[in-house]
Amino acid sequence: MEMILQTLPQVLVDGLTLGAVYAVVAIGYTMVYGILEFINFAHGEIFMTGAFVGTAALLTMNSAGWLTGLPAGLAYFLILATAMLSTGLLGIGIERVAYRPLRRAPKLISLISAIGVSFLLQDIVRFIADIRTGNFIVTGISLYGENLKLGASFVWSGFDDAFLKTNTIIVVAVAVVLMVGLDFFVNRTKWGTAMRAVAQDRETASLMSINVNKVIALTFFIGSALGGGTGVLFAQQYGTIDPYIGFILGMKAFTAAVLGGIGNIRGAMFGGLFIGVLEMFSSANLSVITGGALGGEYKDVVAFLILIAVLIFKPEGLFGKAVKEKV
Amino acid sequence: MSLLELNGVHAYYGAIEALKGVTLTVEEGEIVSLIGSNGAGKSTTLKAICGQVNTTGTIRFNGTEMSSLPPHQAALEGIAHVPEGRRIFPRLTVKENLEMGAFSVGDKKVIKQRMERVFDHFPRLRERLTQTGGTMSGGEQQMLAIGRAMMMQPRILLLDEPSMGLAPIIVEQIFEIIQQLNREGMTVLLVEQNAFQALQIAHRGYVMQTGEILMEDQAELLLANELVKEAYLA
Repeated sequence: MEMILQTLPQVLVDGLTLGAVYAVVAIGYTMVYGILEFINFAHGEIFMTGAFVGTAALLTMNSAGWLTGLPAGLAYFLILATAMLSTGLLGIGIERVAYRPLRRAPKLISLISAIGVSFLLQDIVRFIADIRTGNFIVTGISLYGENLKLGASFVWSGFDDAFLKTNTIIVVAVAVVLMVGLDFFVNRTKWGTAMRAVAQDRETASLMSINVNKVIALTFFIGSALGGGTGVLFAQQYGTIDPYIGFILGMKAFTAAVLGGIGNIRGAMFGGLFIGVLEMFSSANLSVITGGALGGEYKDVVAFLILIAVLIFKPEGLFGKAVKEKV
Repeated sequence: MSLLELNGVHAYYGAIEALKGVTLTVEEGEIVSLIGSNGAGKSTTLKAICGQVNTTGTIRFNGTEMSSLPPHQAALEGIAHVPEGRRIFPRLTVKENLEMGAFSVGDKKVIKQRMERVFDHFPRLRERLTQTGGTMSGGEQQMLAIGRAMMMQPRILLLDEPSMGLAPIIVEQIFEIIQQLNREGMTVLLVEQNAFQALQIAHRGYVMQTGEILMEDQAELLLANELVKEAYLA
């Protein structure tokens, strides 16, 4: 128990950081599901592509010698914007080419198409990275790598201090800005309302002169841009990226979306933070709790056990809307 | 030229032919009722007008050929369709539902004005502004659905079974409002199983059976027609 408490500040710092990443990626799954009732399994790869686009932009700026004259904050903003714009457009393109022609087909067909898109993105990114750098595992430049110390032991002597990078604060801050911005857009603007209308009743929305295809494209743009932007945050936080980071991270973000109630945006945000903290907690404490029987490397199992438990006992998720409507 | 003209319209759901050459017209300022039993193709006719089913034949609205336009275009041309089962957005508030009706309108002031006009007809909706649509009673939902259509300020109102599932007193109210809107200049094409009431408020009527128009006449003549009486008014 003491050991668990000791590491708690570090667990919370790391967990909330990772959770923020899961949360924003989970939004992409949940938005697309909300509107098309289809799991866009390529979303994890869009996150990965964002990480690579951002890193590539940064490396390019560096080799062109621009980075020395540029404030780090501006460089950060530029690579985020580049990655979000390109993954947003990528999302629109994927929807147009791989999903829209299948919209009237059974959902399984679109799902297979999504898996195909995933492999395609992995291989394209791997191919390009290999050609440009000679290796598909790429280490970028860290813009805010300074180490900070959170004096948690000062608050209570049972706590250890927690360590973090300046970038950790940026990850959380940017994620919060993205989530608040999205929440405002969806709940307070005309196009956001149209998005919810299309999600609830596509046919009737078109009777209101809402161009459904446009709304779906917009949904893909936003969801993918969020995923791609998070990829940049991830690359900056953890340094090294490869074309396969999107798979397991995407699965966990998907778990977060299911936990929060698939289709529910605020639920996805909560689910992401919850899974992130839980994962870090398991990583630090599994061996303590099980007396050494299970090590911290079983952290992923915990996340997926939750997915299974939710699917069995509460398939609509914690904040899912019970499907009950008057006719 | 009629406001709405359907000429030899066939409609298909996959291989099933739901309309077999429907021809009908609606003149500006009329209430036209389309009656017939379940499955006669009444709803499909309305869907065909809005481009929601595959059709052949010509559908002209205000001189524009509709059948090649995408579904969201119908509203922009001035056709408001209140679908069967009302189909309000269940998890949007009453206000948001109404705003969606005026989706193509950019000017907030115009939206406000139209909303006030809706409240003049349906004071109940003003009290429920922040309630979500799905939590309202059937009658209130029907009022919201018609109000939402009025937000488009359409040239024609297509109503699909507005009386379905409602208490007789509410049905009375709804039909009252349809007549009132018509007196204010709204053209209405009304689809109803409740043939008696639908013909009572209409100028003209069409009787449909298995995808075809069986009869067309002045509403009062249809009401007096022995065949119609026997089949639909008994």
